[in-house]
Amino acid sequence: MNQQLPAILIIAPLLSALIINISGWVNKKLCFPIAVAGLGLASWASVNLLLRVLDEGVVLYRLGGWDPPMGIAYYVDHLNGLVLTVVSIVALLNLIANKKTIEQDFPEKTGPFYTLYVLMVTGLLGIVATGDAFNLYVLLEIAALTGYGLLAMGEDRAPLATLNYLYMGTIGACFYLLGVGYLYIVTGSLNMVDIAGILPALYQSKAVLAAFMICMIGVWLKMAFFPLHAWLPNAYTYAPSAASSLIAPLVTKVMIYVMIRLILTVFTPEYVFSTLTVSEPIVWLATIAIVMGSIFALSERNLKKMLTYVIIAEVGYMVGGAWLGNRTGMTGAILHIVNDSLMTLCVFLVAGNIVYKVKGYAFKDLKGLFRTMPFTMGAFVIGALSIIGVPPTCGFFSKWYLISGAIQAGHYGFMVALLFSSLVNVVLFFRVIEIAYYEPFAEGHGHNVLPEPMAEAPLMMLVPLLIVAASLIVVGVYTGDIVNYIIQFAIPKEIV
Amino acid sequence: MPDIISIIAAKYNYWMFIILMMIGLYAMIAKNNLVKKVVGMSIFQTAIILFYVSIGAKKGATIPILEHAHSEHANAAGSHIIQSADYVNPLPHVLMLTAIVVCVATLGVAFALLIRVYKRYHTLEEDEILAQIREK
Repeated sequence: MNQQLPAILIIAPLLSALIINISGWVNKKLCFPIAVAGLGLASWASVNLLLRVLDEGVVLYRLGGWDPPMGIAYYVDHLNGLVLTVVSIVALLNLIANKKTIEQDFPEKTGPFYTLYVLMVTGLLGIVATGDAFNLYVLLEIAALTGYGLLAMGEDRAPLATLNYLYMGTIGACFYLLGVGYLYIVTGSLNMVDIAGILPALYQSKAVLAAFMICMIGVWLKMAFFPLHAWLPNAYTYAPSAASSLIAPLVTKVMIYVMIRLILTVFTPEYVFSTLTVSEPIVWLATIAIVMGSIFALSERNLKKMLTYVIIAEVGYMVGGAWLGNRTGMTGAILHIVNDSLMTLCVFLVAGNIVYKVKGYAFKDLKGLFRTMPFTMGAFVIGALSIIGVPPTCGFFSKWYLISGAIQAGHYGFMVALLFSSLVNVVLFFRVIEIAYYEPFAEGHGHNVLPEPMAEAPLMMLVPLLIVAASLIVVGVYTGDIVNYIIQFAIPKEIV
Repeated sequence: MPDIISIIAAKYNYWMFIILMMIGLYAMIAKNNLVKKVVGMSIFQTAIILFYVSIGAKKGATIPILEHAHSEHANAAGSHIIQSADYVNPLPHVLMLTAIVVCVATLGVAFALLIRVYKRYHTLEEDEILAQIREK
């Protein structure tokens, strides 16, 4: 059983997606428990895998018993063991938290929604687990296509915004495929480790350079890196809250994992940081991404749209950290994948709870929420503090690593951008908190307003949210352990 | 000048796929009609499929099926050793079977979204839709 963990990780959600679809015709009440069981099994498998990786090092799984490089292999090491755990647990918590919203938003379509949801998680887990470059493309498209389906189920402008996402996402995936094709021409292999072994003799080749840049542009398109970000805000804003709180924390972060995997395993740090001389402009691009994302976020008067621009700024953090080319920056980028998934999940779950109760997420709908929904807004404050980067929460620690990495590399522009974005985040989130806390008093001059009764979201939505909020602090406290026992081994020794 | 022509002629399959890809990209960026954009997207994807298919081809090679590979003749003598130059490379072709499935699925999702957009705005011209959004 223990040997089959990487297969269970993918097959459990895949099969449960199939069963959900069938049982949706029989009895809609069956869908939710099956989805929870499928994702629960995947979470169990990923946690066990991570423990096994910590114990014995890299786990290699040959699908169908075919040896790599001929067969497809799943490599699980410290880097993707960590990301797998985060992806599966975030997906599971979000599913439980959103049972009520899914039933409220699509009473007729719960079956198809759960099917797409679980399939999407299958795709994301597969992207992270696989060690085969072409297999990654296929799983990328599985995650993307189901994602389009989920996002398009939203209100009003959702189909149009999703259509734009579909155009950009398809171009991104095609670019990645083209890059893999170039790599296949020069190396004759699709296995990541095998390619890495063949490439050093070809480092001067123009085809390898083209392959690398084309792959990178494809991945940047998919993660909404600044000049290529235009599809993201509308697609995520108009999506149903259950879908946006799955996709917003995970998709961009998984794509950043793919970028780091390409840098660390496929092309090797020696090629990326020594042979190529592109890291300087890319870090500047990340700097611009952070600044522009923060400025756009400031101009929004709508909670969910503001959060989507915060995501764009956070993508800049991680791309910049990974491209600084030193150990501290890379540690910060990997740590931020974990932290940002949890932070984004936290604030998007809050947005989901607000939409469930208030039916709106513009700033004017937030008035007086601290009185009516104290627990939800409490979680929002913790999430906000973490995104700003206040010490006991986890967001502080990854930002600390990123900033010290920037100082080590002498990239003061990137450092200033990080600090600037923290300051902007203070303004952003305290503006929201101010509206939610003080506004009704301003209208009634503080005396003749009766306190509104508490109208908190149901317990089923509240408990996962509070777990996520608590985990922001727990992960922050245990940052040292995560870095020392996991991330340290995820980064090859060449990066100092 | 003859140099350039010979360079282009020697690698004409790459030039063709790049031209096709750029036609697709142009349609996606410049066209106003959403269906035309989907057509451009399809051309773009097909160009990459053609690229993959063309890299498997070899001059004078045949389909990769080994005759008598499992019969006694194959084992009897080392007389006919299999030369990889005699057969086209099947791997890129097999990969493209998967990519074609992805293409079709993407196209299906795109058309489904187009129907929903049309129901909402009663037009598929991008500028008219944007004008409607701005009016509100």
